[in-house]
Amino acid sequence: MKVLLVDDSKTMRNIQKGILTQMGYTEIEEACDGLDALSKLGSFQPDILLVDWNMPNMDGLTFVKEYRSKGNKKPVLMVTTEAEKSRVIEAIKAGVNNYVVKPFTPDLLQQRIEETLARLAAA
Amino acid sequence: MDTNIVLPFIRATRDIFEMMLQLEAEAGEPTVKQSGKASHDISGIIGFTGDVEGAVVLSFPEATAQRVCAIFTGSECAEQEDLCDAIGELTNMIAGSAKAQFKDRKASISCPSVVIGADHVVHSKKGTVCVQIPFTCDCGEFAVEFAIKNVDSGTPTGAATPAAATN
Repeated sequence: MKVLLVDDSKTMRNIQKGILTQMGYTEIEEACDGLDALSKLGSFQPDILLVDWNMPNMDGLTFVKEYRSKGNKKPVLMVTTEAEKSRVIEAIKAGVNNYVVKPFTPDLLQQRIEETLARLAAA
Repeated sequence: MDTNIVLPFIRATRDIFEMMLQLEAEAGEPTVKQSGKASHDISGIIGFTGDVEGAVVLSFPEATAQRVCAIFTGSECAEQEDLCDAIGELTNMIAGSAKAQFKDRKASISCPSVVIGADHVVHSKKGTVCVQIPFTCDCGEFAVEFAIKNVDSGTPTGAATPAAATN
């Protein structure tokens, strides 16, 4: 399972990477913003993407729209401090499959990743 | 003091310290700050735009910042870049969590900036009142400060309202 982590905070990427590694995922690519993520998609084809919202250069919402506009269908999990219901709806409309609000526990992130992949497998 | 705007910042700080750091953050008495001088040596700063404008500052003494970041990242933050990244992310979570609790106010937050240096000054937006909330935790003391105003009315939030002042 290949995972693309998109977050401008190295600390947050490391925390998420630790959780993913414990889940048995070892093929993890990191990007520090939406533009960086788009540039990495040529050589790295993720099975799931974990994307922050507020980032410099290109925010997560713009990235997801760009990613979907190119016909990509892999699941996107938004991991963000944006907790308002209106934001969640905006993200889902843009093509986000599931949502985790920071702060989160390792158990919650793991649960959402498994839930997202299970939903996709069942579809 | 307008508790409707102070409480979201207290709750957000407590929740984030408890969930991400397993630390109990105890809030002291919020006060209106008179000078722009930051509370401590290292400050994470995030701006608000939208229905609410201004900024929130998370300020630590250096030793407390090092201890907090070691817990947050799982290792000593030997590089200043790593320390700034961790403080910035904590500020981001506090700002995001607090804004989600604002009633009937839609706001966006900026990416964090981090300033290091004793006696640095954070200038608040014109027309705002800066409220300082002191905190203590097992890693030491720190402070959350915010200076924000409602855009439509231009009313500084957090300051004592006439109604509150008479109570």
